Amino acid sequence: MSADGNGANLLEVRGLTKIFGALKACDAVDLTIRKGEIHALLGENGAGKSTLVKMLFGSLEPYSGEIIWNGQAVRITSPGVAKKLGIGMVFQHFSLFEALSAAENIALSLDDQTPISTIAAKAKAVSYSYGLPLDPYSLVGDLSVGERQRIEIIRCLLQTPELIILDEPTSVLTPQEADKLFETLERLRSEGKSILYISHRLEEVKRMCDAATVMRHGKVVGHTDPRKETAASLARMMVGSEVHAVVRAPVEGIEKAEPLLEIKNLSRKPATPFSMALRNISLSVRAGEVVGIAGVAGNGQGEFFEAVSGEVKQPDAGTIRIRGKDAGRVDITGRRLLGAAFVPEERLGHGAAPRMTLSENLFLSRYATDRKAFVGAGGLVKESAIDSATQRIVQEMDVRKSARNPEAASLSGGNLQKFIIGRELDRRPAVLVVNQPTWGVDAGAAAKIRQSLIELARSGSAVLVISQDLDELFEISDAIAVMHNGELSKPLPRAEATLEKIGLLMGGAEPGHVEHPLEAV
Amino acid sequence: MLEQIIITIATAATPLLIASIGELVVERSGVLNLGVEGMMVMGAVTGFGVALLTGSPWLGVLAAIIVGALFSLLFGFLTLTLVTNQVATGLALTLLGLGLSGMIGESFVGLPGVKLAAIYIPGLTDLPFVGKLLFGQDPIFYLSILLTVGVAWFLFRTRAGLTLRAVGDNHGSAHALGINVIGIRYLAVMFGGACAGLAGGFLSLVYTPQWIENMTAGRGWIALALVVFASWRPLRVLAGAYLFGAVSIGQLHAQALGIGIPSQLLSSLPYLATILVLVLISRNKRLTMINTPASLGRPFVPDR
Amino acid sequence: MRIELVRRPQHSALFSALSPFIALGLTLVAGAIMFSLLGKNPVDALYYYFIDPLTGIWDPGNRWQLHELAIKAAPLILIAVGLSVCFLSNNWNIGAEGQFIAGAVAGSFIPVLFPDFQTWATLPLMLIFGMAGGAAYAAIPAFLKVKFNTNEILTSLMLVYVAQLFNDWLVRGIWRNPEGMSFPGTIRFNEYAILPQIWPDAGRAHWGFVFALVAAVAVWFMLSKMLKGFEVKVLGQSPRAGRFAGFSSAKMVFFVFLLAGALAGLAGICEVAGPIEHLNEKISIGYGFTAIIVAFLGRLNPLGIVAAGLILALTYLGGESAQIALGVSDKAVRAFQGMLLFFVLACDTLIHYRIRIVGALATKAGEATQNA
Repeated sequence: MSADGNGANLLEVRGLTKIFGALKACDAVDLTIRKGEIHALLGENGAGKSTLVKMLFGSLEPYSGEIIWNGQAVRITSPGVAKKLGIGMVFQHFSLFEALSAAENIALSLDDQTPISTIAAKAKAVSYSYGLPLDPYSLVGDLSVGERQRIEIIRCLLQTPELIILDEPTSVLTPQEADKLFETLERLRSEGKSILYISHRLEEVKRMCDAATVMRHGKVVGHTDPRKETAASLARMMVGSEVHAVVRAPVEGIEKAEPLLEIKNLSRKPATPFSMALRNISLSVRAGEVVGIAGVAGNGQGEFFEAVSGEVKQPDAGTIRIRGKDAGRVDITGRRLLGAAFVPEERLGHGAAPRMTLSENLFLSRYATDRKAFVGAGGLVKESAIDSATQRIVQEMDVRKSARNPEAASLSGGNLQKFIIGRELDRRPAVLVVNQPTWGVDAGAAAKIRQSLIELARSGSAVLVISQDLDELFEISDAIAVMHNGELSKPLPRAEATLEKIGLLMGGAEPGHVEHPLEAV
Repeated sequence: MLEQIIITIATAATPLLIASIGELVVERSGVLNLGVEGMMVMGAVTGFGVALLTGSPWLGVLAAIIVGALFSLLFGFLTLTLVTNQVATGLALTLLGLGLSGMIGESFVGLPGVKLAAIYIPGLTDLPFVGKLLFGQDPIFYLSILLTVGVAWFLFRTRAGLTLRAVGDNHGSAHALGINVIGIRYLAVMFGGACAGLAGGFLSLVYTPQWIENMTAGRGWIALALVVFASWRPLRVLAGAYLFGAVSIGQLHAQALGIGIPSQLLSSLPYLATILVLVLISRNKRLTMINTPASLGRPFVPDR
Repeated sequence: MRIELVRRPQHSALFSALSPFIALGLTLVAGAIMFSLLGKNPVDALYYYFIDPLTGIWDPGNRWQLHELAIKAAPLILIAVGLSVCFLSNNWNIGAEGQFIAGAVAGSFIPVLFPDFQTWATLPLMLIFGMAGGAAYAAIPAFLKVKFNTNEILTSLMLVYVAQLFNDWLVRGIWRNPEGMSFPGTIRFNEYAILPQIWPDAGRAHWGFVFALVAAVAVWFMLSKMLKGFEVKVLGQSPRAGRFAGFSSAKMVFFVFLLAGALAGLAGICEVAGPIEHLNEKISIGYGFTAIIVAFLGRLNPLGIVAAGLILALTYLGGESAQIALGVSDKAVRAFQGMLLFFVLACDTLIHYRIRIVGALATKAGEATQNA
């Protein structure tokens, strides 16, 4: 393999199985990682990757199967055992403590009684040596997502692990930050460390990984050398069938179409100690187009969504205009009545109430817009009308479920998201604002959702999509703007937007300076 | 005279301080136990009873601590193992404690109790002005101060304290790192129960050495309010408890002086003062948000 | 050995229905143990607690006891119905005892200060005053929560002590009946200010019980059939989804506190205008707190609360009859009620979780490792 003295097996997994209720989340999984290799673990959302690595890190107990570490059969009963063996983990949803400092966060995963000041000094040294500068005394709550990931990585490195597991590390980074991460990983490989790299970004995997294991529905469907595959062939292995590419026909004369959603000079003070201020955001979305907003998580997207949806109102009525009418001082119900619809990022607990049924969750966002159909005299709820509308949406969006009208929380992420999007599409809204439409959704559902967003726009609506997934935005948007530190760049038409330009904007480059340095590249 | 007033204030403040410090540790671990009143009253009745039966106030104190801790275990089992609603379960603990203590203590009503004597160090206690204040109070007073300083040191200077705060901040992350969230919370809940029991024992063995039904009179609830007031910081709990001690002693003196205000209205002052400080402290949303343990009151079910 | 919870994909309808009964059963067992420890025959004790007060069902001579049951159940049901709406919306009003007293005091205003105002309007006005008084008192924690973000649990509870002391001051001070010897309490209400009995020939049960049933049905209808009920449940279960739906949590805080306060106030004025017939310092035997248990035993469903209210009322009567017959302390009642709430909460876990008792730690994984 890449470094000499390497090539022996560091970790072997044989027949590892994990069962949750009736679901086999991992079904007799085999995996071999050699010393000094970057090993990709590929699979769709829900394929069982996270379950597998949680068993390797001792967070979950396997039902059956064996794990062989350096030639010895081991039982990893807790993360402490994993750490002692030399397994470190960088979580996708960080396991950090916002109220504690970076150094305290690091100290918590080191078992010894080293004083915090020593740990802080070590952390600082390691962070600079790997080019991931970090102030160990800063409070995690005040840090950006990228900085938080640095803490996770440094915390992992300080345990001097043999194997580092990274779960979707680039999903929260700009392309340039991701490049920086790849350099770090390559350096670790050259030091003889092994890396288990979980991602669904196939280009990344092809570029950097020495071996790949592909999972689907809890089973391993193949071991392969990603450098010898194409992105398409890897995708086929992951999904098990061809994924229908999203069809997006360019539209003509969009600049003459009427703007249906106009945002003028939207500013907002931070609502909580850890949230972002919005600064002077202006944007308009015309009938027929999809506008994408890119950006690293935590740069004000959530705050922006709340302001546009009317969950938080604006002092000035003209700040938000929907279909030509002032809506700034109108609440979310009022904005819906003007023809807008909204899909928030968090499905459970924001877009839907987890313990309520699908039909109750339909009623949740539509009791006002469909008042005539759903609410009778004196505020009486018409259950049968709501029920038939629910079944209509389930059919239309191909929502798979276990009962006729189950609780929202019992659906898989993809199916619930199809339902939530379908709930709004069913109204044929003039304006649709979606935050992270396909986050955590399997490829089939994602394609279906993306296609339906384009179709809604082409039928004459204005669609605004906020997403961290650049591939997605490039697939469906007619123009892309970038949100950074609470500010929004001017939207770049699809034809002019390149990954590099958008990436620089995501990293905070001045909008005016983007073009020139990249012309040279 | 001034020395005497300060000593009475200290006596009124001590049970509040001990119960609040215990609850502070519980809440720092992310658990909201509203059963302080119930644990306190159980401590009061068993402390009184055991002291009466054995003649030893120290055994009474010990019994109060043990019963408080055991009683809190009921709450721990429901909220931590069975993941019941913490607010409702805390209320249940209070209602059960008030009921059980009334039943247990029925035969104690009207009996003279055993008082835990104040300490006496020849020479030092006799010093003018400060002798009794510094060297002549009951032993639990000194324990309460030690407890406060000890908890502050534990929370902010030890690794175990850091772990406890981490569990209270984000139990999901703590679990992912391999920290035994439920085990730590059990210990914290039991520490809180032991403190509440001790505070109750103080009431029936030092403050008024007798048993009166519901003798805690809402002090457990005031202790809960003090934790919020102190924004989960031990030394601020100390300040808050003495402030409340001063208010309740002040209104007692006012009643004794007969200044023409009905005694019931004066008696309601500590409760009104509690509401007032809660309003003052919580209107600053930013401050409350930064300090409140982020997992406080949230259910936690680990996946295995 | 340890206990593990496994989340059910759907809540269990079976255990939703069964859990209150399991809890009752466990309480009986625990109660039997408690009575044995007290040196009483547990079978006798349980008989006097739960059967003896019900003998009126088959024995006309004891029919008055059923009326007493209704008298005790009325305030419990009225208060618990209001509390259920509070708890469902995730507003922890635990100051119903204070709102009950506030209603009793406000409603007594007319008969105490204007004893000569004796018309058909006297009683309805008293009831309205009572509801307004309870609602106004409940508005204080609601206002503080909305305006200053103050914890409503602590404020509503502190106000209970304040209400008790205030009432005590009234009935010993400016409202005291000058001819009442030195007993605290107001003058006896005039006949126009007395809540009539339903069947005066059979027993003392008054119209408060009817109000309780009406309130339970009305609130049940609102919760299960109306948009407002949906709003209550969404905001309670998932505040963020509620805000996304366009519901205002601030308005909800006021709505539920005013509703619960009004019902507790109604219970208060019915109590003084009904069985007590004047205001005194011990108008409540802890109804406001026992109603919390009633609300949970009724699974926060107003119809369930009617049944739960009757059961808790039975413990009050049973406590009296056991005291008379066996010399069991009447203090045992509150211990009993406290245990019941514990078991109810514990059993509700079964609705959302399956409980698994794990013997030795992960034996299966260990065996598999060795076998492979």
